[in-house]
Amino acid sequence: MVDLVVDKKIGGVRFTVLSPDEIRKMSVVKVTVPDTYNDDGYPIENGLIDTRMGVIDPGLKCRTCGGRMGTCSGHFGRIELVRPVINPLYSKIILYLLRSTCPKCHRVILDEKDVDKLKAELSEYEAMEDEEKEASNLVVKFKTKKLKGNVCPHCGAKQPEITLLKPTTFYKDKVAMLPTEVREWLEGISNDDLRLLKIDPIHARPEWMVLTVLPVPPVNVRPSITLESGERSEDDLTHKLVDIIRINQRLEMNINAGAPQLIIEDLWELLQYHVSTYFNNELPNTPPARHRSGRALKTLAQRLKGKEGRFRYNLSGKRVNFSARTVISPDPRLDINMVGVPQTIAEEVTVPIKVTTWNIEEVKKYILSDEYPKAVYVIMPNNHRVKITEHTKQEVIDGLIPGCVVERQLISGDITLFNRQPSLHRMSIMGHTAKVLPGKTLRINPAVCPPYNADFDGDEMNLHIIQSVEAQVEAKELMEPHKQMLSVRHGRMIIAPNEDHISGAFKLTYNAVFDKVETSYLLSVAGITHLPEPDVGDKYSGKLLMSLLIPEGINYSEKTDFYSLDKEEGQVKVENGVLVQGALDNKSYREIGEQLTYLKGYDAGREFVNRSTLLGLTTLKIMGFSLGYREYELHDATQKKIKEIINNAEREIDAIVLKYKNKTLKRAPGLTLKETLENKILEINGKTRKLCGKIIENAFGPDNNALIVAKIKARGSIVNTINMSAMVGQQSVRSKRLTRGYHNRTLPHFLPGDLGARARGFIPRSFLEGLTPVEHFFQSMGGRDSMVIKALRTGRSGYMQRRMIHALQDIYVSDDLSARELSGKIIQFIYGGDGLDPTYSMYHKYV
Amino acid sequence: MVKKKIKDEWKITPYEPIGVVAAQSIGEPGTQMTMRAFHYAGMAEQVPTGLPRLIELVDARKTPKQPIMEIHLNKKFAKSEKKAMEVAHRIEYLLLDQVAKVKEDLGEKTIVITINNDEIKYHGISVDNIRSKVRSFFKEKDVRVTSKDNKIKIVFGNKNKLIDIRKVYIKLSKLHLSGVKGIEKAMVIQQNDEYIIFTSGSNISDVREVEGVDTARVFSNDVKEVEKTLGIEAARTVQVQQVKYVMDSQGLYVDVRHIMLLADAMCFDGEITSIGRHGLAGGKPSVFARAAFEETVRHITEAAVTGTVDRLQGVTENILIGQTVPLGTGRVKLKVKL
Repeated sequence: MVDLVVDKKIGGVRFTVLSPDEIRKMSVVKVTVPDTYNDDGYPIENGLIDTRMGVIDPGLKCRTCGGRMGTCSGHFGRIELVRPVINPLYSKIILYLLRSTCPKCHRVILDEKDVDKLKAELSEYEAMEDEEKEASNLVVKFKTKKLKGNVCPHCGAKQPEITLLKPTTFYKDKVAMLPTEVREWLEGISNDDLRLLKIDPIHARPEWMVLTVLPVPPVNVRPSITLESGERSEDDLTHKLVDIIRINQRLEMNINAGAPQLIIEDLWELLQYHVSTYFNNELPNTPPARHRSGRALKTLAQRLKGKEGRFRYNLSGKRVNFSARTVISPDPRLDINMVGVPQTIAEEVTVPIKVTTWNIEEVKKYILSDEYPKAVYVIMPNNHRVKITEHTKQEVIDGLIPGCVVERQLISGDITLFNRQPSLHRMSIMGHTAKVLPGKTLRINPAVCPPYNADFDGDEMNLHIIQSVEAQVEAKELMEPHKQMLSVRHGRMIIAPNEDHISGAFKLTYNAVFDKVETSYLLSVAGITHLPEPDVGDKYSGKLLMSLLIPEGINYSEKTDFYSLDKEEGQVKVENGVLVQGALDNKSYREIGEQLTYLKGYDAGREFVNRSTLLGLTTLKIMGFSLGYREYELHDATQKKIKEIINNAEREIDAIVLKYKNKTLKRAPGLTLKETLENKILEINGKTRKLCGKIIENAFGPDNNALIVAKIKARGSIVNTINMSAMVGQQSVRSKRLTRGYHNRTLPHFLPGDLGARARGFIPRSFLEGLTPVEHFFQSMGGRDSMVIKALRTGRSGYMQRRMIHALQDIYVSDDLSARELSGKIIQFIYGGDGLDPTYSMYHKYV
Repeated sequence: MVKKKIKDEWKITPYEPIGVVAAQSIGEPGTQMTMRAFHYAGMAEQVPTGLPRLIELVDARKTPKQPIMEIHLNKKFAKSEKKAMEVAHRIEYLLLDQVAKVKEDLGEKTIVITINNDEIKYHGISVDNIRSKVRSFFKEKDVRVTSKDNKIKIVFGNKNKLIDIRKVYIKLSKLHLSGVKGIEKAMVIQQNDEYIIFTSGSNISDVREVEGVDTARVFSNDVKEVEKTLGIEAARTVQVQQVKYVMDSQGLYVDVRHIMLLADAMCFDGEITSIGRHGLAGGKPSVFARAAFEETVRHITEAAVTGTVDRLQGVTENILIGQTVPLGTGRVKLKVKL
């Protein structure tokens, strides 16, 4: 039997203003009692949690539909307001209407000519097809500016000046209007006139914006919670509704008792306040309604708004089951497509398996099993969910037929989604194959760190277990890491060897020679089963071993940064898949992998990364590779040279400062004298740093591991080396020399007005020598500055990205390779001008 | 160069959500960008690069923080520095009080202009030049203008009231001597055996009128201004080039296709639209999409009074109501239920 997919789709959602009739019609109860439960803990009749509005207590039954908690989704009630109040959300639109219509004849203050023109425009819009309507992008902007003229062109009445004192008080020629007056005015505006004002009179009669009856949302919307102490705590909305009913009752009593107008108006205003804050508790000129504890209440608008509001928190993003999160750690022996999953997680999460005639026997094994890979639930064809226990086991097996779904624990080989936040690009979620391992962390191959921007200093990541075959296939076909190896951003390799992988490859290809035993070990790790002919006597060179992983057809020739230390090995040459010369560095290694991926496909690229990184790491294991204090120590002679350079720099700076003080410094064009000075000093600092770098490079030479890792871009940089061995150098805040602190000086250790190098954050010492307290303080100043900037930057760029995604998310590539928006706009006739996938935009380099 | 054939498998896949990909490709490197502004070869003004500049570009600000022009010169002027300087002086906006001290004496009813010789040399203007400018400024007025060496003396007649002198004095200090409005500074720089002019401040239409300027090679980084003077196509080009420049100068490579898509989306309406609340993201036809972005309550209430129907065509809308998204694999369907 084949089930055909039947799709039901929501075609559209219309937004309207609720009319009083509608509110009454959909209401199941008139709420009159400003209270919730009675003393027995039972909902009060006609109270705010009347059981006709739905139930939230497990024992009770809904009196409207008979449903229980969970099955009854709730029903609306209503509060009849004795006096109308203005809905604060619509006050701007009411203002717009009052200003655009005549108080006497209620017609739009436009003469016939303008009316005709508007009418023509409107009928043109009405005549459009739906799609065109969408494309015409009629997002109406309401201008509350007065239409022209002070006199009504229809009845000649003089137009009053209408103002709105936010949130809800209207003034007609500076006399406050009562909501009743506003409502009567709005009632008088004809449907035709409303259409001219871009208001849909069928779905939004303006008088509906002045409330006479207030809908009471079902209890499901505002559930009360029972605290541990057994005390009930009501939802903020319920609290607010209690207030409204209470005032409403008082107002009614006072009106019936014939109280003076003043008192009635006061109460009326109070009712307006409560209704206003019920809709939005952050209105201008209005103190927010507060909870007993002093916390501002979260009312309707607050529920929807902002990052924690309904839209962004619950609707655009949803909580999921079948997910796990822990700390990550590296495992270079895992395939880049895999994720190591702790046993404890694998036992907790399940994968649904649809039972068929072909897999029924296998599924039975899971059901019968008592330990780890076992089935936890069976979902029968009638959607009944049966938990598998010792008792139910046999029964389940007997009833197992194709069409059942068995939920089985996660096993190695299941595909999962793996994610690290912030998810800045699509490679932040990829489809890893699970590999169940002992231990308590999730493990990944360190080569997939760059796309996630992950490291192992305590990072946590999320794992999602895919619950449908369709999604599993999609993940396998599109989301596997090796299929994301080339980044869509620029077509360069993003899942690539890094850090130790590069050091290893360098060591391997630099000058390493291995005997037969070592070679066999290395090759076995890399998964190569045949031993090549030895090329260095009876030994094997590292270049030979690396070449075994590079397929035919790969050619590469490029100078690396190492060239400055070693002319021979700094020139990498690959000829038809054979590394004939040079030691690999970050760039050459990556580009060989990139070329290979382009020419031989993703699977070959993955194989290359998997194997060559292991080869490199094993090389490091055999040969050893470490770096410590010794790599950063300088000979006395070098030390002397560096001190001299630093002294020279300080002298130079002193000289310039002196010139500045004597006003003999020549002002650079377009700069003030002070700026000229600072620029000059920065220049000297830069020069000094460069000189130190050169000396260190010469002093350390190609055998210094610290220099090697910096040069081959495996880890660290020359600047780090300079900091440790030569000098920490100039510290800066806001990319200027340090100035802040005391008046005219950074610290009390200096004279006021001292502009010299040391007084302004120049640290002439290296980390190896150690810093004086003053220098340490300076360094902390610089350190804090960079932390602050980093925090600032993440916020700014995050918001920019959110805006960009919102602006562009509906753009896709159509069948004809044009870039279109879902609403039908054509953005580009051929995507990118050539229809090329940016992933492959580097093709010209390699093919 | 032999044009390499594009293989079919390198073509973009239909239904690919290329907009999101572009937004991510431009946004993700944003976290790695620096915030600092850099000095433009000796100019005092800081030209924003990195993240602030990128945000400025996608916001389509009316006036960028620091507009810059790159002006190429025609053959007669491009080859010699001296000739190029001449053009630069014609471009740089110069006011009288920049090269001279203007002093009023209300008791004597005089104004004395003392020209600073260093400054006029630097700005390439002569005393005679200034003198004639001042003279024509006072044409048809009851004043006497005399001059000696680098001093110009203006004696007011009796008809002038003191307040008039004061008014004239203020106007005179800001007397326009030479240059194009909006160009604060012009510098000559050598580039590939050609002298070109960099300016801070931008005014394309007027600069193109200046003698010696190669009208076809006047560049500005002010996208809005380019749009106004040269049209939307030129603005798009500048937008692409500027975003790319920001990325490249940070060493972050982003494929042009992404940048082009962003620019094309911004130019769709025939004018440069920003991406934010008042631009592309806030102008979507879908109520849900707008509400989920910003100003939730406003969008919902306005949709209600206009009786708007959300047709649920976009991505956000469908996610909100729990349907599959009409993009990518969500766009195609399986015939058989799995």
